Amino acid sequence: MNDKRFKIAHREALIGIVLVIINFAIWFGFAYGLGSGDPKEYTYIFGFPAWFFYSCIAGTLFMILLIYVVIKFFFKDVPFDEEEDGEHK
Amino acid sequence: MHWHVIIPLVIFLVIIFVIGFWANKHVMQSNSFLQEYFLGGREMGGFLLAMTMMATYGSASSFIGGPGVAYNTGLGWVLLSMAQLPAGYYVLMVLGKKFAIIARKYKAITLIDFLRERYQSNVVVIVSAFSIIIFLFSSMAAQWIGGARLIESLTGLHYSTALFIFAVVVLVYVIIGGFRAVALTDAVQGSVMLIGSIILLIGTIIAGGGITNIMSDLVAENPKLVSPFGADGSLTPLYVSTFWILIGIGVIGLPQIAVRAMAYKNSKSMHSAIIIGTIAIGTVMFGMHLTGVLAHPVLPGIKIGDKVMPLLTLKVLPPFLAGIVLAAPMAAIMSTVNALLMLVSSTIVKDIYLNFIKPKASDSEIKKISFLVTALIGIAVIFVALKPPTLLVWLNLFSFGGLESVFVWPVIFGLYWRKGNKYGAITSMIVGLSSYILINQWWPNVFGMHTVTLPIVFSLISYVVISLLTHHKFKEFKHII
Repeated sequence: MNDKRFKIAHREALIGIVLVIINFAIWFGFAYGLGSGDPKEYTYIFGFPAWFFYSCIAGTLFMILLIYVVIKFFFKDVPFDEEEDGEHK
Repeated sequence: MHWHVIIPLVIFLVIIFVIGFWANKHVMQSNSFLQEYFLGGREMGGFLLAMTMMATYGSASSFIGGPGVAYNTGLGWVLLSMAQLPAGYYVLMVLGKKFAIIARKYKAITLIDFLRERYQSNVVVIVSAFSIIIFLFSSMAAQWIGGARLIESLTGLHYSTALFIFAVVVLVYVIIGGFRAVALTDAVQGSVMLIGSIILLIGTIIAGGGITNIMSDLVAENPKLVSPFGADGSLTPLYVSTFWILIGIGVIGLPQIAVRAMAYKNSKSMHSAIIIGTIAIGTVMFGMHLTGVLAHPVLPGIKIGDKVMPLLTLKVLPPFLAGIVLAAPMAAIMSTVNALLMLVSSTIVKDIYLNFIKPKASDSEIKKISFLVTALIGIAVIFVALKPPTLLVWLNLFSFGGLESVFVWPVIFGLYWRKGNKYGAITSMIVGLSSYILINQWWPNVFGMHTVTLPIVFSLISYVVISLLTHHKFKEFKHII
C-alpha cells in the first residue's frame, strides 16, 4: 500500500534526476561555452585547456562533493526487510 | 616474454582463484542456494557494491578500446567518456530504495523475477530472457576476445592458448563461487583497476615531460586534438550529448547493473556505495581516457588503437609496475565477463528452467543445473571467441544499446508508475528491440545522434500510450507499488 518508505524513495529518486541535470549542465556549458573558439587561442589552467579543466576536472570534483553533501543531509536510512516495518498489505 | 610483467599478473590470478574457492564454502553451506549463488545472500556492503558496479561497468572498452580511440581523437573523447560519471550515482539513486524494498517483497533474485511479479506476464519473461541471452552472449564474447588478445600480446602465447588460460580461470571461480565470488573478486579487480589507472596516468605525464609540454605537442600536431570536437571535428555537441543516454542514464536498463541494486545489505551500504562508486568510476574513466590522449606525443604513430594501452604501459613504467597496471584491463575484462556469465546462467536456470520447465525442482537439482548451465555457457562462448569478429568496441556497445532499449522503461515505470502494465511493457520491449536493431543496421546516427536515442524515445512513447489505453483492465495490481 502507501508504504512510508516509498515517499522517501521517491524523493531520493527525484534528487538523482536533479543531480544528473546539474551534472549535464556543468559538463556541457563549460565544454562548448569555452571550447568552441579556435583551439590556438585557448587559455590554459594547470596545463589543461580551460574548457577541459572546468568541464571534466573541476566539474567532476564539484559533482562528487555535491553528491557527498546530498547523501549526508538528504538521504534517509530505511529498513529494506518486511518484518521491520510492520506496515504491509 | 616479459617475465617481470608476468609475475604480478600470475599473483593476481592466484588471488582471484583463492577467492573463488573461499566463496564456494558459502555456496555449499547456504540454506537458500538460489539466493546465495545468484545474489550472494543480499549481503553486500557499500565498498563491495561500489566496486562491483564499477568493475562490471568498466570493461575491455574502458581499458583497451576507449584509450585507443582517445589516442586518435584527443580531449574530445575524454569529454565524451565523462558522460559515464552518472552511472555511479544515478542508477543507485533512481532504482534506489524502492527497487531494494520491492525486490525483497517479491523475493526477486533476477531482474526478470522483478518484471515477472510486477507485470504478471509470461511474454514479458520470454522477451526479457531472449534479449538478455542474445545480447549478453555477444557482449561476453567480445570481452573474452579482449582478454585473450591481452594475454597474447603480453606473453607471446598463441591466441587460442591465451583464450584457454583466460577462460579456465574465469570459469572455475565463477562456477564454484557464484555471485559472492564474483562480487569479492570484483572488489579486488576494481581496486586493481583504480590503482592501475592512477599509476599509468602519472607515469605517462612524467614520460611526456609534464602536462603543459604534452599539450603543446598536441597543439603542434593538430590543434583540434585539444578541442571538444575531436581531431576530425566529428564530435558534435548533439552527438556527444546523446551519449549521456547510452552510457549515463540508460545504464538503468542494463540487467547486469540493475541486479546489483538488489543485492545490498541495507540503506547505509547503498549510501556509501553511491559516493565510493562515483569517485571510482570518475577516476578510472577520466584517468584511462586522458592517458590515451597524453600517450599521443609520448608514443607517436601507433596504428591499431587497441595496442596503445599495453605498449604505453611497457614503455613508461618499470616492469613490475607495468605488471600491476596490465592486471587492470585483465581485471576489467574478467569482472565484466563474470557478471555476464552469472546473469546469463541465472536467466536460463531461474527464469526459464524453473519458470517453464520444472517449477518444482529440488534444491540439489537446482544446484546441479546451475553449475552445469554456467559451465556450458562459458564453454560455448569460448567456441565463439575462437573465431573472433574484429570490432570489439562495436559489439560491446551494440549490446549496451540493445538491452537499454528493451529494459529501461519497463524497469523505471514498473517501479514508479501505477498505470504501467504488461501490455505497455511488452510493446515497449518489442518496439525498443526491433527499432534498435533496424536503426543500427540501416540508419546509424540518425540526425547526428547516437543510435540508441531514437529506440529509447520510441519505447518510451509506446510504453506510455499502450499503458494508458489499457490500464483500466488492471485494478488488482495497484497494491504492488
